[in-house]
Amino acid sequence: MWLYIAKRVLYAIPIALGVSIICFSLVYLAPGDPIQSLIPPDASDEDIAAIRRLYGFDKPVVFQYFDWLARAVTGDLGTSLQSNRPVLNEVTRAFGNTLMIAVAAVIVAFVLATIFGTLAAFNLGKPVDKVATSISTLGVSIPNYWMGIVLVILFSVQWRLLPATGMGGDGSDGFSWFEWDQARYAILPMVTMAMIPLGVVTRSTRSAVADTLSQDYVQLLRAKGLGEGRVVLHALRNALPQMLAVMGLQLGYLIGGSILIETVFNWPGTGLVMSRAILTRDIPLLQGTILILALSFVAINLIVDLLQTLVDPRIKRS
Amino acid sequence: MTAPSKIVADPSQAAAAPLLEVENLHVDFISRAGRTPAVRDVSFGLAPGEVLCILGESGSGKSVTLRALMRLLPQGRSEIRGQVRFQGEDVLKMPRRALNMLRGARISMIFQEPMTALDPVFTIGDQIAETVIRHTGASREKAMARALELLELVRIPSAERRLKAYPHELSGGLRQRAMIAVSLSCYPQLLLADEPTTALDATVQIQILILLKQLQQDLGMGTIFVTHDLGVAAQIADKIAVMYAGRVVEYGSAEEVLLNPSHPYARGMLASTVSGQPRDRDIAAIPGSPPDMRNLPAGCAFAPRCAFATDLCHRSEPGLTQRGAFGHVSCHHVHRLDPPAPAGASVTTL
Repeated sequence: MWLYIAKRVLYAIPIALGVSIICFSLVYLAPGDPIQSLIPPDASDEDIAAIRRLYGFDKPVVFQYFDWLARAVTGDLGTSLQSNRPVLNEVTRAFGNTLMIAVAAVIVAFVLATIFGTLAAFNLGKPVDKVATSISTLGVSIPNYWMGIVLVILFSVQWRLLPATGMGGDGSDGFSWFEWDQARYAILPMVTMAMIPLGVVTRSTRSAVADTLSQDYVQLLRAKGLGEGRVVLHALRNALPQMLAVMGLQLGYLIGGSILIETVFNWPGTGLVMSRAILTRDIPLLQGTILILALSFVAINLIVDLLQTLVDPRIKRS
Repeated sequence: MTAPSKIVADPSQAAAAPLLEVENLHVDFISRAGRTPAVRDVSFGLAPGEVLCILGESGSGKSVTLRALMRLLPQGRSEIRGQVRFQGEDVLKMPRRALNMLRGARISMIFQEPMTALDPVFTIGDQIAETVIRHTGASREKAMARALELLELVRIPSAERRLKAYPHELSGGLRQRAMIAVSLSCYPQLLLADEPTTALDATVQIQILILLKQLQQDLGMGTIFVTHDLGVAAQIADKIAVMYAGRVVEYGSAEEVLLNPSHPYARGMLASTVSGQPRDRDIAAIPGSPPDMRNLPAGCAFAPRCAFATDLCHRSEPGLTQRGAFGHVSCHHVHRLDPPAPAGASVTTL
């Protein structure tokens, strides 16, 4: 098992390197010169050249990449052009904020989707199934920025139950899901974020469980005299690898930060940081954010893969 | 439809209370397109420790009959009528709870495909223990100890290690042994075996058959064995029911049915076996193919393929004619037919 884990981690390294190359070069493929946003319009050519040299923009791109990579592996992702603060700090703070609501959203979505999907699969074609399928279709198809605005109108404007935007007074350092003062800020963005995974996972749970139920071994379970509870357990246990795979992907998407949701709720996560970096051409910040996000995506995939070998004995562990 | 027939109990078993009595069992499958009969007016009986073989080709309703006895058919998409009395209780009218107490404890089933009938993500030990826990309320440790005993009972080598194995780690034969262990976990009085050797290699088939025969005798289980293999039936059956298009066309003791079949279909089936036939002669086959169950002929379902068929056969379905001590035949011409040609099959015992 440990050998297998070590092997999978090694496999992840070339993927991470590839990801870093793409992150780095994407920014150069975009039109425009990052320097333009830094220099006053009346700057002399010498000043421009000096600034270029300062940020390393005068070297060939390949060298820039290796410089950047060498610094990146030591944790130095450069300095934000706009705020002049280390990119790593900015990104980790935003990443933490996004992670807080994304993980909560995924847990909520996974639990609800498991219930809805299982109920639907056990009652295919019946009203319960139709309700569950409608919820899942709505979850997938309602644009989440619209959903966010509707929730704000209802819960913040109409009923004055929850704050509309922002994060608690203490910011990310003092945030905790277990203190109402803090948690109430996160509820609406979390619920909005949970909508899409709820829809997607309900759908895949429904089909995975329904598929399991049509198998011979479910007939054997019934022939053994087991109650429905036991049948549900077997069905879910068999559907779990598939559900985990879908869930891992969804968590990856959410951590990428939903720019739209974080903008609607002004939630200081990766999505907001990224959109700010793009709008201000803050290239080090953008590169750093994308790199961290891509790496976390790789890590999530790795974790899901490892979890799957745990829950599905048919996957070889050698 | 014919009038319900009364089955006379086998006199040799008269002293023992019947284990299972099936009377006028009908199964229909219901879909949007309509109703398709799968089992039509099936009746038979089984005494404790007796082995009944249900013979028939695919689609003749033999597996459906077996599943109907345990009410394993999909609810809402099937309808079961008639009577299935197990030790005097009507299984078809039993509440769900009582049915679940019966299933796996007093009546067990062995499925055809050991590949797909065991849950791939649970260990063999867990799948046996789960049944033991369900029906005896034993602790997990005790249930696992019982599972080990059972694996030894079905002669799985290095049983202790196999307890922790997953189904995909076992060969087909071992998997079928594991399945038998699951079905024996509470020493049932009635064992339903749905083509338990069909999916296995020929050599493994014989091993499994010998094992089943021995366990059946040691444990004194009444057994219903569904198969399309005459050889298998000859090896283990006390009684044989031959099914065609959802009906039992011939029912009697193994000797009667195998050595002296009355129904033209049973005769044709016996004539088409390889064993005992001269080498240089083609094997006789029954012409035509089984009828479409959605669209059964008005009269005898076998008439279109039958050499003896008359107008009467095409017009009306034959009733049941008593045959032997307890059996019956469903044919208009059973009295007129010549004594059958030597069929070639001989009844051997293991």
